[in-house]
Amino acid sequence: MLFYIFAAIAVLSGAYMVLTRNLLYAGFSLLLTLLSVAAIYVLLFADFVAVTQLMVYIGGVLVLILFGIMLSSRVHDKSVMSENTNVGWGITISLLTLIGLSYTIWQAGFSSLPWIQQAGTDVLAGQKSTVQLIGVKLMTDFVLPFEIASLLLLIALMGAAYIATDKQKV
Amino acid sequence: MLAFLLTLMLLLGIVIVLAYAERKVAAFMQDRMGPTEAGPYGSLQSVLDVLKLLQKEDIVPAAADKKLFKLAPILIFAAVFAGFAVIPFTPDLIPAGIGIGVFYLLAIISLDVVGLLMAGWGSNNKYAMLGAMRSVAQIVSYEIPAGLAILSVVMICQSLDFQEISYQQGVLLNRFPGLEFETNWLFGIEALGINTTNIGGITTWNIFRAPLLLVAFVIYFIASLAESNRAPFDIPEAESELVAGFHVEYSGFRFAILFLAEYSMMVLVSLVAVILFLGSWNTPLPNLTTLKFANWTTGTIGELSGILWGSFWLLSKTFVLLFLQLQIRWTYPRLRVDQLMHLCWKVLTPVALGLVLLAGIWRLLMV
Repeated sequence: MLFYIFAAIAVLSGAYMVLTRNLLYAGFSLLLTLLSVAAIYVLLFADFVAVTQLMVYIGGVLVLILFGIMLSSRVHDKSVMSENTNVGWGITISLLTLIGLSYTIWQAGFSSLPWIQQAGTDVLAGQKSTVQLIGVKLMTDFVLPFEIASLLLLIALMGAAYIATDKQKV
Repeated sequence: MLAFLLTLMLLLGIVIVLAYAERKVAAFMQDRMGPTEAGPYGSLQSVLDVLKLLQKEDIVPAAADKKLFKLAPILIFAAVFAGFAVIPFTPDLIPAGIGIGVFYLLAIISLDVVGLLMAGWGSNNKYAMLGAMRSVAQIVSYEIPAGLAILSVVMICQSLDFQEISYQQGVLLNRFPGLEFETNWLFGIEALGINTTNIGGITTWNIFRAPLLLVAFVIYFIASLAESNRAPFDIPEAESELVAGFHVEYSGFRFAILFLAEYSMMVLVSLVAVILFLGSWNTPLPNLTTLKFANWTTGTIGELSGILWGSFWLLSKTFVLLFLQLQIRWTYPRLRVDQLMHLCWKVLTPVALGLVLLAGIWRLLMV
């Protein structure tokens, strides 16, 4: 029941975000979408992922987006509006993606997968949270992707710092 | 639901006391009398202030973005209040004992930032906008040293659960499920050979279990001042240049909510500091041979004595920190923007990063 409420909120706010012309409202409805997705993660026993979602996407990405909109919009003393272009192509591609995804999900037959049938409601099995499990996995099975991701972030950080510095006139 | 109401009542009570204390401390620091008329020593002043605010007209500026303007105070207060959900008040009283409480708290505070931006933008006023921008820039920057200081505590305690961290800092250590066979050593080092598990008191507080956390505590306290926009980090609402910052257009009930959210933020960051560094709801008095001060002032878990002692110690330590916050406001002048960023990025963050490394090494000494 809770799932359907949060899913409805996520879908409705997502639709509003796409349809509204005001970029700032789109940003704020993204907040609602991200929050309800985090709630769905909680319902799936993924507490760490849910909080990370709050931390990274709302605390980081969304604030950056809002900052970007606010700093750039008051130049002409009116709110930034988005415009529609490429309507035909956009509709075609999104419809094709929808058909492709639906076909794949239909073909997968989730209810007959063995690990889903075995999974019970007691996913945590006495553990208080998934943090320890995720930590151990990151340092053993997935240490290479983890380190590569951190290297990528470091490169992005250095690139951003380089672009932002005042270039000395030679 | 009961936890929600109780926490809300407790918070309202603390905030009213705090608003009164703020005026009295300010008056004391400036050699004035402060409020004297309403009630004995003016003690009803802040209650009457709240009543006055509730009666005022709710003004929404004509040029404001009405939806955002009305929504923002609710979002700001909800974000701060959601943080109280994971705060343990006594050994067995915690609104929501989730296993990743510390991480959740750090994340939920960042929702506050979105609310501030909403308020600043919705007001459609250049002072409000500038105040919101400054406030958000400051909060986002100071989250980093605060988060790193908290991380060093988490590394020492090996837990993200506020209640587990609380139990580790006192004589009740072995009563927490999962910690039955743990022992506390003086300074956390077994080689010193002084078992403090049954001594308790101040010797098992985190700043004693690992003395380097004292530095982390100072860093966290400075950063928490910035996160709650307190002086000397109050450029977001610098009266002399911005009138009042992001809440300049708000009046009546909405202003009361914003005011409440701001003071709740102060209470929240002080509570977190007490829980993580200053022994949570544990007594500061240690057991000395036959004088079992720690046992006498802890009470029994699950009974009224445990609840009363636990909440007494937690709240009194929190009030000490809050008093310090009030005192600092009237002691230090406001920092300029460049000084603010210098302090955050070039002083606090490197020191906090070093602390995280040292905390890891200390943890290795502890096992």
